[in-house]
Amino acid sequence: MLEKALVGSRGYWRWVTFLLGVIALGVVFYLRQFSSGLGITGLSRDVTWGFYIAQFTFLVGVAASAVMVVLPYYLHDWKVFGKITILGEFLAIASVAMCVLFIFVDMGQPTRVVNILLYPSPHSLMFWDMIVLNGYLVLNVVISHVTLGAERQGVPPPRWIKPVILLSIPWAISIHTVTAFLYSGLAARPFWLTAVLGPRFLASAFSSGPALLILVCLLLRKLTKFDAGEEPIRKLAVIVTYAMSINVFFVLMELFTALYSDIPEHVSHFQYLFLGLSGHATLVPWMWTAEALAVLALVLLLNPRTRKRHGTLVVACLAVFASIWIEKGLAMVVTGFIPTPLGKVASYVPTAPELLIAAGVYAVGLLLITLLYKIALSVRGEVAT
Amino acid sequence: MGDDRRSFLRRAGWGLACLAGAGSATELAGAFLRTEEETGGGKRLGMVVDLVACAREEGCTKCVEACNAVHNVPSLRDPGHAVKWIWKERFPDAFPDQEAENVLETVTEKPAVVLCNHCDNPPCARVCPTEATWKRPDGIVMMDWHRCIGCRYCMAACPYGSRSFNWVDPRPGLARPSPDYPTRTKGVVEKCTFCDERVDAGEPPACVAACPARAMAFGDLSDPKSEVRRLLRSRFALRRKAALGTRPSVYYLV
Repeated sequence: MLEKALVGSRGYWRWVTFLLGVIALGVVFYLRQFSSGLGITGLSRDVTWGFYIAQFTFLVGVAASAVMVVLPYYLHDWKVFGKITILGEFLAIASVAMCVLFIFVDMGQPTRVVNILLYPSPHSLMFWDMIVLNGYLVLNVVISHVTLGAERQGVPPPRWIKPVILLSIPWAISIHTVTAFLYSGLAARPFWLTAVLGPRFLASAFSSGPALLILVCLLLRKLTKFDAGEEPIRKLAVIVTYAMSINVFFVLMELFTALYSDIPEHVSHFQYLFLGLSGHATLVPWMWTAEALAVLALVLLLNPRTRKRHGTLVVACLAVFASIWIEKGLAMVVTGFIPTPLGKVASYVPTAPELLIAAGVYAVGLLLITLLYKIALSVRGEVAT
Repeated sequence: MGDDRRSFLRRAGWGLACLAGAGSATELAGAFLRTEEETGGGKRLGMVVDLVACAREEGCTKCVEACNAVHNVPSLRDPGHAVKWIWKERFPDAFPDQEAENVLETVTEKPAVVLCNHCDNPPCARVCPTEATWKRPDGIVMMDWHRCIGCRYCMAACPYGSRSFNWVDPRPGLARPSPDYPTRTKGVVEKCTFCDERVDAGEPPACVAACPARAMAFGDLSDPKSEVRRLLRSRFALRRKAALGTRPSVYYLV
């Protein structure tokens, strides 16, 4: 099946070449980081995790969101999702690959990374995160390979794959729950020490992922002969609406508990986010943008007319995606460190090499998605003719 | 008959599988819920810092200098890349949970010397994915720089900011490297080890030995006759962020 990715239009090859260029640039800067150390990033003894770990956290959500097409299709027999489940699964594969790479580029001693396997430590949540993420990757590779292969031959998929698919549903929930546990179990960081972090992660994942899938379906309709159809996009839009409403609700829960209880170490992080603290206000404009986008998205999604019109739906989906990216991909990780346990308000801004390495990782993910979607659509086209 | 036997075997198999599952679940739960009973040898090394005596030597950094020299702690230009094993902090920053306004100014308006607390229930060791940091039976929280993968999870988990990461190669930051102690490489976490190398040789930690005010004492907290226990009986003492349940082994006399 892989040979399908090797034939394509000129536009396809131009896009692939562009991505390879970005990857090459990322590799060059990663080699610099490898030889001189993580000191070339904006991280410091106060803010020890930043852009890399934040992208990892955000992308675990995108990966988990595949369950939002798999679950209705296989558990509730929503036939309309039949055409797009494979898109969800391939999106999950590419996202998990990016997650693993983001963890890798954040390691101080990447050559020792096998120590996690050599000295398995079940008391560390990082051990469990490694297990669930790699397990999820394997599950999705197996499922998509078997179902697409069967489709290509025009036969129903083998019966043994059904329990594997059902297993992938709770497994998807687990990857984002365990990722939330990485943070929410630390007594040292009051900002993350909240039971709603896991549920919040899931709600934001199940809104941003399907929003991305809607955008992908509409884009594929423009660029290729693939048409997901009107019905699945409408159903996805409903899922995004529910998930985004729940996500905003959870954010308000968090704000109420922190602000009304008025415990300084809980309040200070939100103060840093929305108002700035001791003259440090890097994230303030971002946070207000994220909140404005969330409101805009909810207005457009809750109104059935604007949710159904493609023009406004695209705006809503872009707003959901951008809002949650700011929340998780910029703010959530860094703010746990500001102020520090010693009361210091530190600054963190990613450096150019850091951003270019991150761009390289994203390009790897986009390349994977491009190749996998190319294969899926070619197989579909083959079946159609 | 054959069918009965088969179904019996199947059921027995499932039963065994469940038992095995329950067994490993208990083991896992044990790994999560480690208790203080595990502290072996009956020994628990700890330190007592007399904040009043320390404050009398205004501006003194003898303990910091001694530690840095003995352990090859570099001095680096970028303060964000700084490596610190022992240093001085403002009292309200070291003890944010102590309401210190207008209270005992002789202590709360002076800096406090801070270091790794060698917690009896160390969150850093709990989160480490490679056992590169762990608690010795005598209570010292150790660090293996050769196993550390540099994920910095321990730094996120430490409530005291006591851990440092080598953002750059530390060796150029050493004016006179000591040949008696290893230098570190970039990309690993390090921290105070209570001078395990000196303690094992029967000497007190370098900071304790260097203090001109004799404001620091080191010894076995589980021995009621030890000097540290005698000091703790004599005055009221604080531990940093005691409410978090980490049970620090460093006490501060006020």
